[in-house]
Amino acid sequence: MEDIALENHIVKQFDEELDEIRTLLMAMGGMVEQQLQDSIQSIVKVDSGLADSVIERDKRVDEMELEIDEACLTIIARRQPAATDLRLVMMVSKAVNDLERIGDEAKKIAKQAILLSEQENPWGFTEVRHLGKAALSILNNALDAFARFDTEAALRTFNQDQQIDLDYQTALRESVTYMMEDPKSISRVINILWVIRSLERVGDHAKNLCEQIVFVVRGTDIRHQAVFDDTH
Amino acid sequence: MSTTVVSAAETDSNTRSQHLMSGDQTNFLNDIQDHVTVGTCFSENAKMSIKNVSVFYGNKQAIFDASVDITENQVIAMIGPSGCGKSTLLRSLNRMNDTIEGCRVKGHISMDGQDLYSPKLDVVELRARVGMVFQKPNPFPKSIYDNVAYGPKIHGLTDSRYELDEIVEESLRRAGLWDEVRDRLQQPGTGLSGGQQQRLCIARAIAVSPEVILMDEPCSALDPIATARIEELIEELSQNFTIAIVTHNMQQAARVSHRTAYFHLGKLIEVNPTEQVFTMPEHNLTESYITGRFG
Repeated sequence: MEDIALENHIVKQFDEELDEIRTLLMAMGGMVEQQLQDSIQSIVKVDSGLADSVIERDKRVDEMELEIDEACLTIIARRQPAATDLRLVMMVSKAVNDLERIGDEAKKIAKQAILLSEQENPWGFTEVRHLGKAALSILNNALDAFARFDTEAALRTFNQDQQIDLDYQTALRESVTYMMEDPKSISRVINILWVIRSLERVGDHAKNLCEQIVFVVRGTDIRHQAVFDDTH
Repeated sequence: MSTTVVSAAETDSNTRSQHLMSGDQTNFLNDIQDHVTVGTCFSENAKMSIKNVSVFYGNKQAIFDASVDITENQVIAMIGPSGCGKSTLLRSLNRMNDTIEGCRVKGHISMDGQDLYSPKLDVVELRARVGMVFQKPNPFPKSIYDNVAYGPKIHGLTDSRYELDEIVEESLRRAGLWDEVRDRLQQPGTGLSGGQQQRLCIARAIAVSPEVILMDEPCSALDPIATARIEELIEELSQNFTIAIVTHNMQQAARVSHRTAYFHLGKLIEVNPTEQVFTMPEHNLTESYITGRFG
């Protein structure tokens, strides 16, 4: 794990501002994690009340995006950050975008949960539970890696997305098979498909977070690579 | 998916915030005793070459074994905290240090392969080839025209009045001052505003067609608009001239230069392309300085 120091500026206020955007991003990360968890729960527990609350709470996630973006903008305008500081501010401003999109996916899942709760057929819970667990795990690991600026963990997490993509493909094929066998279930399966699609997207956004962590700490850009196999 | 996962997530976010609170302290001022300059000091297209240069003021050593090439038709910025030796090194490039008593330069400085400290070298001619612009605008107490015409006259670049007029106009145009002073060339140069005076000094420096221009904090006495004009000018001049600029303003170094050299306590710590220095410096000291952690 490499060292990254964000303290000790001559202007102490600058330390505090950088610390603030990190703390806010972590808070937003925690919030989004909870949203994702609740949205998955609302499907597998058939709990439309929980789904409603996820949809309601998404507004707060959006507000946090604006708040953090503004804090980043202020730092750039006032401090003209350079080197690690600059990379951190850029990273936070991008990460906020990814977290907000994960929040949106959670909201979409919650909307599907409400539709699904009106149906009797239990098909799809296994798929959602399985991919949901993987999506929560990659998000959790990415946020942990960010909190510690741990590039090794970020790279491990980055590679986790590949498995999610494979699981998504598998779930997709199963769904198609199921629809062909039982055309009456098509509408339900399509709802489930939207959910697993959202979970797959969560994996992509978490992967982006990992790329940004590596960028902050090492200054190397690992975007647009399927797997990162060089551990320097 | 059970509720135990929720509590696990909560625990995780607790440890995360604890980690944020502790904040690893890193020792920025690591040892520079056995220093090696990091980055790319050498250039294939070097106009000037500085090799193992040490500069002394009496017994005090101001520069320790610095080696760096100055690339032709590029801007190199020298940055570092006060007293780091950047101005000293800049001044040794046209032997301005000769005028300071007790100042000695060890090592090799050459331009186009010619040793600048060779006894056979004509210092006056050297200073025509390597012009200099200082922190405070210092026009001669003469007319705007004479300020610019002075160099070409004493260096005997021309004896025709017509050619001299052309040199004066061309230099003032290149310094971006012509349109502002064309109607008052006979008025004193000292009557111009600070920014105009500095551009006049740049016009005076380029009137003798130097190959290299040294600038020692050329904008530190100017307002932001005048500074922007000079910076734009530096950009334009770099197409035809080789420029070395010393600046305290890091954003300025980031804006105008192609390469940046960072000095610390007389040691050349890092030389790298400017975009790298300001986004991903190689040395911890450079990082600490440009991010405002000491200076």
